[in-house]
Amino acid sequence: MDHLLSIEDLDRAAIERICDRAASFSEVADREIKKVPALRGRTVLNLFYESSTRTRSSFELAAKRLSADVVNFAASGSSVEKGESLKDTILTLGAHKPDAIVIRTPWAGSAELVSRWTPAAIVNAGDGKHEHPTQALLDVHTLRSRLGALDGKRIWIVGDVLHSRVARSNILAFQKMGAHVTVAGPPTLIPRGIEALGCDVRFDLRDLPEADVVYALRMQHERMDQAWVPSLREYAAVYQVNGKRLQPHQVLMHPGPVNRGVELSGEVVDSPQAVITAQVEAGVVVRMAVLYEVLAGNRAKDRTPITAAGAPA
Amino acid sequence: MIEPLVRAPAAAVDLLVRGAHVLDPRTGLDGLHDVLVREGEIAEVGAPGSLEAPAGTEVVDGAGRHLFPAFVDPHVHLRVPGQEHKEDFETGTRAAAAGGYCAVVAMPNTSPIVDSAPGLRSLRDAAARDARIPVGFMPAITRGLMGQELTEMAELREQGALGFTDDGRPVVSAGMLRKALQYQRLCGGVIALHEEDPSLSGAGAMHEGTVSALLGVAGIPSISESTMIARDCAIAGYEGARVHMQHLSAHESVTAIRAAKAEGVQVSCEASPHHLLLTHEAVRTLDTRMKMNPPLRTEEDRQALIAGLLDGTIDCIATDHAPHARDEKEVPFEQAPMGTTGLETAFAAVYTGLVQPGVLPLALVVEKLTSGGGLLGLPVPRIERGAPANLVLVDLAAAWEAGAEGWASRSANNCFTGRTLSGRVLLTVAAGSVAYRERAFALTPA
Repeated sequence: MDHLLSIEDLDRAAIERICDRAASFSEVADREIKKVPALRGRTVLNLFYESSTRTRSSFELAAKRLSADVVNFAASGSSVEKGESLKDTILTLGAHKPDAIVIRTPWAGSAELVSRWTPAAIVNAGDGKHEHPTQALLDVHTLRSRLGALDGKRIWIVGDVLHSRVARSNILAFQKMGAHVTVAGPPTLIPRGIEALGCDVRFDLRDLPEADVVYALRMQHERMDQAWVPSLREYAAVYQVNGKRLQPHQVLMHPGPVNRGVELSGEVVDSPQAVITAQVEAGVVVRMAVLYEVLAGNRAKDRTPITAAGAPA
Repeated sequence: MIEPLVRAPAAAVDLLVRGAHVLDPRTGLDGLHDVLVREGEIAEVGAPGSLEAPAGTEVVDGAGRHLFPAFVDPHVHLRVPGQEHKEDFETGTRAAAAGGYCAVVAMPNTSPIVDSAPGLRSLRDAAARDARIPVGFMPAITRGLMGQELTEMAELREQGALGFTDDGRPVVSAGMLRKALQYQRLCGGVIALHEEDPSLSGAGAMHEGTVSALLGVAGIPSISESTMIARDCAIAGYEGARVHMQHLSAHESVTAIRAAKAEGVQVSCEASPHHLLLTHEAVRTLDTRMKMNPPLRTEEDRQALIAGLLDGTIDCIATDHAPHARDEKEVPFEQAPMGTTGLETAFAAVYTGLVQPGVLPLALVVEKLTSGGGLLGLPVPRIERGAPANLVLVDLAAAWEAGAEGWASRSANNCFTGRTLSGRVLLTVAAGSVAYRERAFALTPA
């Protein structure tokens, strides 16, 4: 695998391979010296155009546990704020000869675009509202650890699907693993046409008890400004996953950070059904597996260097 | 009123096209003929081999080729003034001539906006130096395209304004549009409208539908266009005004215009080659050449546009030629400016995509590519004795890869790039002068 750009690109076998490798890396975290030399001498560049603490630090930790050198490049306070284009930034950073670039931007397709401008392996850490493939992989990994296979499982993704790259990647990933996905949320926050992805759509939580897994999305406060829902109070009244709605057999997931009292009640966050901390733990090992896959795994072909004049195909 | 079309001085041509298949749906010509042009005017149309070339007349072998009245595009962005890094009069009209056009109409959303008589005069002066084919101008309806105050429409008309448009933006306020339509009684000039309700289109970057749902890119719903078209047709009907709807994209819009026309509203409209040939499926790869406003929509919408051309609801094909520099388009999709170039590919793309498969008759396509100026009050090119020579000679069988040999336009953001198209323009005569000759196509002196 040359890059990790989207879940759409992956087949079930690739997802399983990455998760299996993540499982084999998980014992590293329990060692006294939490490091293996797999990527010694490799340089991983974290390029983040959006503020992110947990994803960025998760990638940083993953790279360091594989003994890679890590450079963090945040867009704020950098040349980007001075008006440099994404392409010029990539070409400039290319001078540091990164072996992999982990990139997050607010723009759909940017990871794929960047992969045409640099010989480095690209890992998509979130491109706009399009995809967040490592989140989906770590969620699959977490569920496999919890439930075994996902085949036939019913997974409900609840909340602001419209603005969620996590939802899009997870719909695809869970389906590829054999699960049946339902999305539920306010009609204003369910994108028109989403059923084309093969999921069911609901606008209330009446049938939530059928779910084996409840995956709540973060309800962002800034959505209130544009009147997507009348109030967080009403949102919570209709869509909050709480002790009354969550069934004892269900696994509860959330990509973080949680708004307690909005999409999730405090009691369910703290319940043993919640695997939110396990998701964060899985984040590091899955990202280790992804970096290993694109830097040391089977490469489809030698990377062809691209000059400054190279136009996107 | 002064002549609304301007171009650089050019020599009147003497030309004999021998034995081409002449097709002009307006004069009824559809067969092999000789066409003699003398001093830029069509002097004679005769049976093949019947006309003699007077001394000094260039002779073109038309055998196996088609001769049409040259095309007129009522909707192009030539980017002058202020955005000459994208296009200018020289490159834009060169592209137009290479596509078989004998006249184009430039939109006012330049920098600064064309919204004053001095601005229009300076543009006409520049076109009189640089334009290879005649160019007409549509200044803004409202100052700065801000939708707040009318431009000095009467003075602009005296200075050659063909009509008015805030293209690139809708006239959001119904009251403002009504005032412009009332004022049209004084000054004349078609009011051309870019229809979009910003409260519905929001930050959308593509058609709202299954592809936008997959990509997570904010969508522009089709009702953003169709509701404004319905509203503005109602206002135009009430005021008895003449309006032209630009770049239709949605099937609901075709329905709205069909209904307005049935009610007797004086409305005309256009569709672009890209909306006639592509759908939002082309946006799956987030290729920024596929980003335009209005966006590429669904197959149902595309079929409705084709039906609209066939039943006369849609009056003309216009390219909305919108050049952008490479670095402006070489960015993530959501950051990229809207627009595709189209002048050099319009005929070949429509011919390849719709005429060859038998969807549209060739004569209808020629009619719709030549009718755009007439909707704005310009004379329509005709092939008949005494008419000014506006001709395009085409080799329908010649296949070429779009963009493989570069572009005459300064910009390369063409949505058909890389496609193999049939129908190559060999020669364009605009207002009596040769405006374009295909490189490999030489004329032979008599």
